[in-house]
Amino acid sequence: MSLINPGFGLVIWMTLAFGILLWVLAKYAWPAITDALSERERSIEESLLAAEKAREAMENLKLDNEELIREAKDDRDNILKEARALKEKMINDAKDKAQVAADKIVESARERIESEKKAAVVDIKNTIASYSIEIAEKILREELKDKKQQTAYAEKLLSETSLN
Amino acid sequence: MSSILHRFGTLGRLATITLLVMFGTMQLSAQQDDHGTNDGAESWEKEIETQEFQAGEMIIEHITDSYEWHIMDWDDVHITVPLPIMLYDEGKFHFFMSSVFHHSKIHDGYFISHHDMNAGKLVRKSSTGEEIRPTLDFSFTKNVLAIFLSVFVLIFVFMSVAKAYKRREGMAPKGLQSFLEPIIIFVRDDIAKASIGEKRYKRYLPFLLTVFFFILLNNLLGIVPFFPGGANVTGNIGVTGVLAVFTFIITTFSGNKNYWLHIVNAPGVPWWLKIPVPLMPIVELMGVFTKPFVLMVRLFANISAGHIIILGFISLIFIFGEISAGAGYGVAVISVGFSIFMDVLEILVAFIQAYVFTLLSALYFGMATEESH
Repeated sequence: MSLINPGFGLVIWMTLAFGILLWVLAKYAWPAITDALSERERSIEESLLAAEKAREAMENLKLDNEELIREAKDDRDNILKEARALKEKMINDAKDKAQVAADKIVESARERIESEKKAAVVDIKNTIASYSIEIAEKILREELKDKKQQTAYAEKLLSETSLN
Repeated sequence: MSSILHRFGTLGRLATITLLVMFGTMQLSAQQDDHGTNDGAESWEKEIETQEFQAGEMIIEHITDSYEWHIMDWDDVHITVPLPIMLYDEGKFHFFMSSVFHHSKIHDGYFISHHDMNAGKLVRKSSTGEEIRPTLDFSFTKNVLAIFLSVFVLIFVFMSVAKAYKRREGMAPKGLQSFLEPIIIFVRDDIAKASIGEKRYKRYLPFLLTVFFFILLNNLLGIVPFFPGGANVTGNIGVTGVLAVFTFIITTFSGNKNYWLHIVNAPGVPWWLKIPVPLMPIVELMGVFTKPFVLMVRLFANISAGHIIILGFISLIFIFGEISAGAGYGVAVISVGFSIFMDVLEILVAFIQAYVFTLLSALYFGMATEESH
């Protein structure tokens, strides 16, 4: 079977050709290719790592920002709360002051009214008294117009006045 | 054309010129049937002429090496690439072109044998009338040309790819580079790294890549039925043998203490298998040689078998065609269908065998360099 009978020349040529191929490729092609490949893989790896780091930094930044925003919000809330409290207080104070003032006014008004009322009552009393005297005078004058009656009344008064 | 040449640079120009020269030397020769009158050559010639289509011979002729590259016949015109024949015999060198056999079957007493082990090879008659091979036959045969062509193609392709890597450093691969890159990475990661280990794979990667692409290219070229394909390079036991010897030499020279110790004194084996009869060491030592031997046979047999099957299907057409033309055409439909199926299968096999040879080589390197654990 010639099929399994290797030709001597072919073996020599094959060794030579494959040797040349191996030498040339191992010297000029494979190192360049594999180096470039691993270099690129390394740079890709690095880029990925850098991207990851950047992402983390961004995350941190975002967290920081959120912190800041939260603090700002808290501050704002506090300020608002204080302001609200202050407002309440001011309103309440104002109310209190107004109340006091109003009370004072009412009090003085009442006192005035009281004194006016008293004056008025005194006045009415005086008036009524003078009216009564006047009326009494007029009645007396009417009744004591004639002498007889004067004498009668005087006697009656005398009788009533017991001399003790 | 010029733009293409310009693009590929000097290497491309060189390749084109080489190919042109090659085609230029192709001979269109009307074969004259004036046989040489010498010796017994006549008898088998007559035999062959009167014979019908011989599938077996045709197939063997197609898958073995040849002194010329036969491209096609057209009536009496035989298109072949003549190749130089170089012999050293009886203290003398002989140089002549294979085309001399177009005119006479015998040149300087040498003729191409049709018998047994030497079938298709150049022989001469010894004084006892036996066919004997010349002492040394350095002939630049069809397979040698195919090997050099593929070596040239590989160097050209990978030099330009290497250049592309330098030129486009850090950028995404492009063109041929992006086509070959996944394969290179596959060989590196899934063959070299996986079998040899992260630490030591780098030393062996150039050899593994070269072997892989050499086998792959020649497997694929072997499927192409016309020039410059069609030479059965990886289906030649000499070629696969040389590749296996490379693997063997590298394995042997990288073998560390642990590897040799493992051969002499295999751990985990009962002592009575080593002493007094060193059964295991003998088996292990045989293993050192059978491993590359198996590499050689596997690649050779797989590729040759695929070609034999395809050629067998094609032969069916001619066998039936001799019975009747109609039967020939009828069978052709089926045969071509099966051949296409086989061709597709062969493409798959081309990749698988390149992978297997490279993987096993890598595994052997891995075994040779493995640290004791």
